[in-house]
Amino acid sequence: MSFVSEFKTRASEKSRDLRHRSVIRTALRSYEVVRDKRKAAFQSWESARQAAAETKWEAINHLDEHLVALTSKLEARGTKVHWASNGVQAREIISQILRDKKARTIIKSKAMTSEEIHLNHALEKEGFTVVESDLGEFIVQLRHEPPYHIVFPSMHLTRGEIKDLFQKELGDAPSDSPEELTMVARRVMRQKYITADVGFTGGNFAIAETGMISITENEGNARLTAALPKTMITLMGIEKVLPRFSDLALFLPMLATAGAGQPMTCYNTMYSGPRQPGECDGPEEWHVILLDNRRTELLADAEQRDSLHCIRCGACLNVCPIFRNVGGHTYGTTYSGPVGAVITPHLRGLQDWKHLSNASSLCGACTEACPVKIDLHHHLLQNRRNASASEPAFFERLAYKIFAFVASRPVLWSFAKKFGRLTQPLQRLVTGGVIDPARQWTKTRDLPPIAPESFKEWWAKRKESQAE
Amino acid sequence: MKNVETILSEREKILGRIREALKVSAPPPGSHDETSAHSTTESPASHAREWLPSVGESSAEQFALFTKNAADLKADFQLLASRAELPAALKKIANDEKWSRFASHGGELSNFASASLGLPVLETDKGYDVQEMEKCDAGITECDALIAQTGGVVVTTRSAGGRALSVLPPHHIVIARREQLVADLPAAFALLQQKYAANYPSMISFITGPSRTGDIERILVLGAHGPKKLTIFCF
Repeated sequence: MSFVSEFKTRASEKSRDLRHRSVIRTALRSYEVVRDKRKAAFQSWESARQAAAETKWEAINHLDEHLVALTSKLEARGTKVHWASNGVQAREIISQILRDKKARTIIKSKAMTSEEIHLNHALEKEGFTVVESDLGEFIVQLRHEPPYHIVFPSMHLTRGEIKDLFQKELGDAPSDSPEELTMVARRVMRQKYITADVGFTGGNFAIAETGMISITENEGNARLTAALPKTMITLMGIEKVLPRFSDLALFLPMLATAGAGQPMTCYNTMYSGPRQPGECDGPEEWHVILLDNRRTELLADAEQRDSLHCIRCGACLNVCPIFRNVGGHTYGTTYSGPVGAVITPHLRGLQDWKHLSNASSLCGACTEACPVKIDLHHHLLQNRRNASASEPAFFERLAYKIFAFVASRPVLWSFAKKFGRLTQPLQRLVTGGVIDPARQWTKTRDLPPIAPESFKEWWAKRKESQAE
Repeated sequence: MKNVETILSEREKILGRIREALKVSAPPPGSHDETSAHSTTESPASHAREWLPSVGESSAEQFALFTKNAADLKADFQLLASRAELPAALKKIANDEKWSRFASHGGELSNFASASLGLPVLETDKGYDVQEMEKCDAGITECDALIAQTGGVVVTTRSAGGRALSVLPPHHIVIARREQLVADLPAAFALLQQKYAANYPSMISFITGPSRTGDIERILVLGAHGPKKLTIFCF
C-alpha cells in the first residue's frame, strides 16, 4: 500500500473512532486553557515571538559558523563530536561506541532524533538492551509503537489501558491511578539508571557561544541519564543551535509555555562536557553526534528555511483540527501535525509525502500558535505547488483543461448546463456508490443540485417581460 | 586512521552543504513589517526582560512572587528569619519523614545544615558510591540562585555537589541566602556568565519545582524519576 492510501485508511478509521476523539479532545482542551493563561502572564508574548524568530533566523542563516564554534568549544573540554550525514552513519557511530565500551544496556531519555533514525530497533537487533526512561516513551516502547505526539508520547492512551499494559508486561499494576502507575515506572527504572553502561539523550538547544547542550524535561530522567552511566551519548539535529547563552532566558520559558502551558519545564539543564577535573560524578566520556539527515536540503530551500527554526514544542499539533481528528499515528511519520507535514516531504521525499500538505484546512491555527513564527500554512501551500510542478497529476490537469475549454465557449457552456440538469437526477440514483462519476466528492459530501434556471436565462426572461 | 578521515570528511561534507545552501539568502522574519522588535546592532533577545512575565521592583515584591510561584509548583519554600532557625526546621522534616540517612556536599551552608541533623551523611565531594546515595532519604545542596520569576533554583556541579545529588534522592533540600534571589531569567543567566564564564561547571541545571509528569491522561503526578519533594530554605 502506498503512503497516501495508508494515510487515508487510517485517517478515516481514526476520525470515526469516538473513544479516540474524546481522549484527544480532553487532553488538548486542558492544554489550551493552561497555555493561554501562561501566555497571558508574559508582558508581551508577541514581541517575545518576534525576537525568538529573529534569533533562530540568525542561528540558521549562519549555521556553519555556529556549528564550528559549538564544536570547538565542546571539544576543548573533552567532548567527542561526531558528524552524521544520515541515519545509517549515526547508527553506525552509536553502535561503534557501544562496542568499544563493551556496553550491554543503554538507558535513554526522550529523543525524537533517535525515532527519526529508528535507533532502538537497530540496537536491539545487534543484541543491546535499550530502555526508554521517559514515562510516556516507556509506555509506547512496551506497546511496540512509535510515540503518538512529539511531546506527549502516550497521549492516546487511557489510564485503564496503561494499567492493563503494566500488568501484562511488568506484572505490576496496583490500580489505574496515574500516581500509582507512575510509581511503578519509577521503581522499574531506578536501578536501571545505576546499572546501565551508557546514557543516551537528545538535545533541545545547542549554545554556540559557550559550547553547551541544553536538555528540557519534567521528570528528571534525563538528569539521571546524564549523571550516572559512565558513557553519555547525545544525538541532535544540526538545526538546534542558538547563538548565545543568554538566548535561553527567552527560549526556555517560551518552549515550556507553547509546549505544555508551563512557566518553565521542571529541569532545564546545560551540559558543557563530560566530568571535569575536580567534579565528583558525571560520565567519563561524552559523545555528541550532529545529525544532518537531509536537513541541509531543507536549508537549501530559502522559501521554507524557517521551518528549521522549529523547537519541537508541539504547539502546532495541539491546535491543528486535522491532528485532533486523525491523531498522531495516522501520519506515519516521526514528526506529525503541521510541522511534520511541512518538513517530511523534504526529509523523506516530496512525491511520497505530498499528501500530508493536502491534509490541511489552511486555517492558519498552526502559524498563529508557533512560538518562533514559522509560516507553516503557507509552506503547506508551497509544498502543494512544488509537488504539482514536479509531477503534475494527469487526470486533474485533463479535467481542468476540459473545464476551461467548455467554460470559455458560451454555446458549449449553455449546453453543458442543460445536459447537467437533465442527467443529475440519474446521478442521484447512484450517489456515493462505486459507479458514481462524482464519487470522490459525494462519498463524504452532498452534491448541490444545479439551479433549474441560470442567471443568464432569468435575465433574458426578465428583459423580455419588461419589453412587453 | 581511516576512522579519523571519515569523521573529518563527514564534517566537511555537512559544512559544505550548509555553505552551499546559504548562498541563497532567506528574508529575515517580519522584514516586510516596519515594527521590527529590535535594532540591527544588538541581539534580538536582549530585551527579553521587557516581554517575560513581570517581577515587580522591590525585593519584598520579588520574595512574594517567588513564594507564590514555588507554591504553584508544589515546592515547599520556607523563608526563615535567621540561620539559627534552620536546624529545628530541618529536624522537623527529618523526623516527619523518618530519615535514616541523607547525602550532602561540602559548603558553608550545607555543612551547617548537615551538622544540625546528627544523622549518617554521605558526602559527595571526593566521589561516592551511587548505590549508597540511592538509599539516602534526602539530598541537601546549596545553589547558585533563586529566581523570583519562575519560583525555581539554579544548581551546578560546583554549587550543589555534582550531578546526581540534586536529583537522585527522593527529597531535595536547598539551602540559600536571601541575597541569592535574582529577579528574572535574564538576571540568572547574567549571573552564571559573570561567575563561571572562564570555566563553566559541566552541568548547570534550572530546577523549577519537584520532578513531575503528565504522561498519563495529562494528570499531574509528582516524583516521576527525580525528587518527589523539593524544599527550599532561605534566610
